[in-house]
Amino acid sequence: MKYYDKLIFELSHSGRKGYELPANKIAGHALESIPESLRRSVPAELPEVSEPDVVRHYTNLSSKNFGVDTGFYPLGSCTMKYNPKINEEIAQLPAFASLHPLQDSDTVQGALEVYYNLQQALASIAGLSEFTLNPYAGAHGELTGLLVMRTYHEKRGDTKRRKVIVPDSAHGTNPASAMVAGLDVVEVKSKPNGSIDVEDLKPLLNDEIAGIMMTNPNTLGMFETEIMEIADLVHKAGGLLYYDGANLNPLLGRVRPGDMGFDIMHINLHKTFSTPHGGGGPGSGPVGVRKGLEEYLPNPHVRKDADGRFYVDFGKDSLGSVSTFLGNFGVMLKAYAYILTLGKENIRNVGPMATLNANYIKESLKDDYLLPIEGVCKHEFVFDGLKDKSTGVTTLNVAKRLLDYGFHAPTIYFPLLFHESMMIEPTETESLETLDEFIDVMHKVAREAAENPDLVKEAPVTTLVRKLDETTAAKHPVLTYKAMLAND
Amino acid sequence: MSKVLDNLRYADSHEWVLVEGDIATVGITDYAQHALGNIVYVDMPEIGDEVVAGEEFGAVESVKAASDLISPVSGEVVEINEALEDAPELINEDAFANWIMKVKLSDAAEADALLDAAAYAKLCEE
Repeated sequence: MKYYDKLIFELSHSGRKGYELPANKIAGHALESIPESLRRSVPAELPEVSEPDVVRHYTNLSSKNFGVDTGFYPLGSCTMKYNPKINEEIAQLPAFASLHPLQDSDTVQGALEVYYNLQQALASIAGLSEFTLNPYAGAHGELTGLLVMRTYHEKRGDTKRRKVIVPDSAHGTNPASAMVAGLDVVEVKSKPNGSIDVEDLKPLLNDEIAGIMMTNPNTLGMFETEIMEIADLVHKAGGLLYYDGANLNPLLGRVRPGDMGFDIMHINLHKTFSTPHGGGGPGSGPVGVRKGLEEYLPNPHVRKDADGRFYVDFGKDSLGSVSTFLGNFGVMLKAYAYILTLGKENIRNVGPMATLNANYIKESLKDDYLLPIEGVCKHEFVFDGLKDKSTGVTTLNVAKRLLDYGFHAPTIYFPLLFHESMMIEPTETESLETLDEFIDVMHKVAREAAENPDLVKEAPVTTLVRKLDETTAAKHPVLTYKAMLAND
Repeated sequence: MSKVLDNLRYADSHEWVLVEGDIATVGITDYAQHALGNIVYVDMPEIGDEVVAGEEFGAVESVKAASDLISPVSGEVVEINEALEDAPELINEDAFANWIMKVKLSDAAEADALLDAAAYAKLCEE
């Protein structure tokens, strides 16, 4: 493949354009109606390129991308499952795609019905009473959920409850969301097996605790078997349980967070419900609550009246709005299509297949990679780097070497419980052949690390760019073309 | 392996302390900088801030993760290492030479309760 790394600005030639406009017969008039102070004094510096320039540029760049459509993407905690094309087809139907959020609800009954049905379907899957689809992504859902928690305590006049308990293995977004929601974070320790230490939790519970944030299975992919006891303790102390839905995939249709005692949760539609994730987004992070908390959910809501008509509703006890209009509707269409495609029976097969795939990789690789916690995992698991630490080959090196072999790297250096974490989540959508290919390559990299460690340390060698200077990238990112020129 | 200096005291959260008179110099250990990887930012307290033993006084960000800094001693911050503002990577080069803050101790006995070099070296091996 031809090397290509240009910016569209580098293709620009003064005066080149891909269109021809007729002479402007009203020249001057439009400009005069705009106050001088609001007019541009110098022309915008847009690239001047022809249509073939533009098409070739972006087509070439798109071929440098790596996504679920090009290869295996075992990024732990991200559930990079395949995005079925039927979802895209549904979301692109003109009757949906051309809607305007300010249209009268009488003219968008079909869209509101989909919205309403998805609220209901998620509530049924989660074992909770009601869902809002407004939040735009997972962490936005966490913030919304924590604001529900905060509003619940405040409306009862219980204003002392400002602390949220977060496990030391939690997703980094959990403590961050709690801070943004104006709450303080208290850490609860994990036991050596990675699950929450109930004895460490007990002394933290008092009348200042607003609630606890958990994900189950936890970030090590292990099911928190003491969840019922934890729920009981937290509820008795007057707190609420928040479920981080990032790890919902293995439980779909089998275990409901509501049944485990959770009061509030978010779901990442772009993980569990197969909508594109990452650069292919946008995301959607619906939030569900148990009975008694519905009134605090953000506005607006979609409801059904006695005649079966759908309408947009604003509740007076709501915590307010967290989004413009009703959220990312296109994403919701895709998630709803996914739920209908699978149906009640098949959705139960997602978790077992994801779990089987993760355990197959784990057991196949544990001779070469250090498995800190033995036992059956759920949808993902964590290695603490290579078993043989004497070679000096790190998790980062292994991750980079995987790129040379055409695989996306797993999540690395998370969770923070281990120094060399490597978090692998294959999802249910991968075939045995793909898993075997990945396992072979991981074995091969381990052999290379033992026989020729420098080869692995210098990886990647086949990618468009080699190992990046992450320190400089983090400290002095150059994000504009002009700044690049100035640096030359 | 990671360096441990004999003349320092250590916290199990991987900070080191050098006590001279009523001034304690605080930094993170060589083991900590190894574990963090390339450090890109050090969030330091301000001069005049009160720090409390066992509580957070700042954070270190590396390309891998952000970690809280836990103060091993209590007292008032009298100096911070301004060189780290522009060159946080100095900690990677020599974690013991590149301290983070100096604290006027409110309780000198606190430092005595910290780990000595042998105990800390053992902790790092575990």
